[in-house]
Amino acid sequence: MTSTREMVGRRTSARRHTAPTEEVVRDALGAVRDPELDEAITDLDFVSSIRIDGRSVSVRLRLPTFFCAPNFAWLMVTDARRAVAALHGVDHVDVALDGHATAKEINVGVATDVDFDDAFPGLADGGLDDLRATFRRKAFLARQHRLLAALRADGVDAAALCSLTVGSLEPGPETAVYLQRRVELGLDTDPAAPLVVSAAGAVVEPADLDDHLARIRTVAVSIEGNAGFCRGLLQTRYGTSP
Amino acid sequence: MYEHNGDRYYIVDGHIHNWTAGPDNRNEYGEGFIRCFYDYHANLSPEEWVWPLEKFEEYGGDTLLHDLFDEGHVDRAIFQPTYLTDFFPDGFNTTEQNAVLAEEHPDRFVLNSAFDPRDEDAGLEAFEEKIERYGSTGVKLYTAEWRGDSKGWTLRDPWAQTYLAKCEELGVTNIHVHKGPTIWPLNKDAFNVDDVDDAATAFPNLTFIVEHVGLPRLEDFCWIGVQEPNVYGGLAVAMPFIHTRPRYFAKIIGELLYWIGEDRLLFASDYGIWHPKWLIEAFVDFEMPEDMVGEYGELTKDVKRKILGLNAAALYDLDVPEGVGVSGGEDQPGMAVTDKPAVDTSA
Repeated sequence: MTSTREMVGRRTSARRHTAPTEEVVRDALGAVRDPELDEAITDLDFVSSIRIDGRSVSVRLRLPTFFCAPNFAWLMVTDARRAVAALHGVDHVDVALDGHATAKEINVGVATDVDFDDAFPGLADGGLDDLRATFRRKAFLARQHRLLAALRADGVDAAALCSLTVGSLEPGPETAVYLQRRVELGLDTDPAAPLVVSAAGAVVEPADLDDHLARIRTVAVSIEGNAGFCRGLLQTRYGTSP
Repeated sequence: MYEHNGDRYYIVDGHIHNWTAGPDNRNEYGEGFIRCFYDYHANLSPEEWVWPLEKFEEYGGDTLLHDLFDEGHVDRAIFQPTYLTDFFPDGFNTTEQNAVLAEEHPDRFVLNSAFDPRDEDAGLEAFEEKIERYGSTGVKLYTAEWRGDSKGWTLRDPWAQTYLAKCEELGVTNIHVHKGPTIWPLNKDAFNVDDVDDAATAFPNLTFIVEHVGLPRLEDFCWIGVQEPNVYGGLAVAMPFIHTRPRYFAKIIGELLYWIGEDRLLFASDYGIWHPKWLIEAFVDFEMPEDMVGEYGELTKDVKRKILGLNAAALYDLDVPEGVGVSGGEDQPGMAVTDKPAVDTSA
């Protein structure tokens, strides 16, 4: 049955923008990442439902445990809200987190558009920009490890890595994501830019290459391992399939 | 003692609990907490080792004694208390509760204590009395514990420094640090272990055992462990991946041997989250996958002996029976601390 409200919504969207489909909303949420795991919340199965009622969109999120860190949860909920609100044809967005120790603080805080430290009065001494930046650097290093490991598996000598440039990467999804991470950190993506750089953009000299490779390998092991564990816990908690 | 193919392994389980988490001793946060533990248990245990939730909530001392010592190959087990009185009104797993079993079986347990720097001056004397009463030489610190309006603390807090100085004075030398999802301030990464780094530098006579080898911040733990010779890693939570994700387990162990070395890692089951029997048997059987040996080296019997018991025995001054020490002579993986690359902790 079609409600009057939906009819109104359709007529309005015909005049301006069409109300979004679930697919469009899901695509938008696909750009929202778990900052710790560097993966889309849609791929991680954190989006438990999307409801569209005319020009209103309601999204429910869930996490692997009741006690996942509140600061990362906050970033995902705010990013999800922002991503859906930016869609054409959306007038109202409601994003809520379920089954979490601080769900109330997060849901109320995000819905009323307050800052993190106001949502948790007395419990924080600032915003989450530094936290996000730290995990962007980790994500970038892990992505770099993956590319370099693939190059080495293809027979590129460790010493030769230092002379490679961004332009030496084969085009493909992994390369595209890596370049996006560089952009987010303000690092050069010109084809002539050196490929192997630190998270601060410093060129890695041949003498430091082994140390650099050892460090980024550890970062990659950590992030990939956490992602696997979180996936498993979510399946156990919600009885979903792998 | 675990005997396998003619080899004997002295086993110290570095992290065990005897908790009380049933419906009559918890609020909604306590329920969330024990269910989170249960999901860890159910997700990473082999199917035949998964308990019903009711048993998991309160298994009791007799089950613990049977599981660890009759069935689980464990020679000594270290009680690591977690108070959590904001979630579990009578306490989750306190030194006082653990003392019942530990005092009945003094040759089986090591009874650790705890402090909370938020108890400030008033808690200092009580802590000293507790150490004298139970003779603990180690403490377990949970920095994410909620207490009233507080959601956690760090080892950098001035009162934490005072308590660590008190530990040194009292001969409490083993400081087990367990990070959790919250901290003050809440906008920082609660799992970061930089405060342990500072404390390890400030208190070189204390040993800091980072529980769960820093997971989910394995890398941050490795960076501090490589620089601080008095930082160790406890393998609780890392161990059970040996069953569900053996290649990931191999990578964790490989990274730890590379950065920390085989002398500073302690086996732990985190019982009752996981049962030590299957963990120990799987670990003794475990070999580094062939394609990873080049990068990480072999996991030798001597390395396993150290991790399973000898390292903890050295920290806690436990008597190790004859004939279970390292055989020696083999080239061991891992490097000396001084050989490690410099680490940029900004990333």
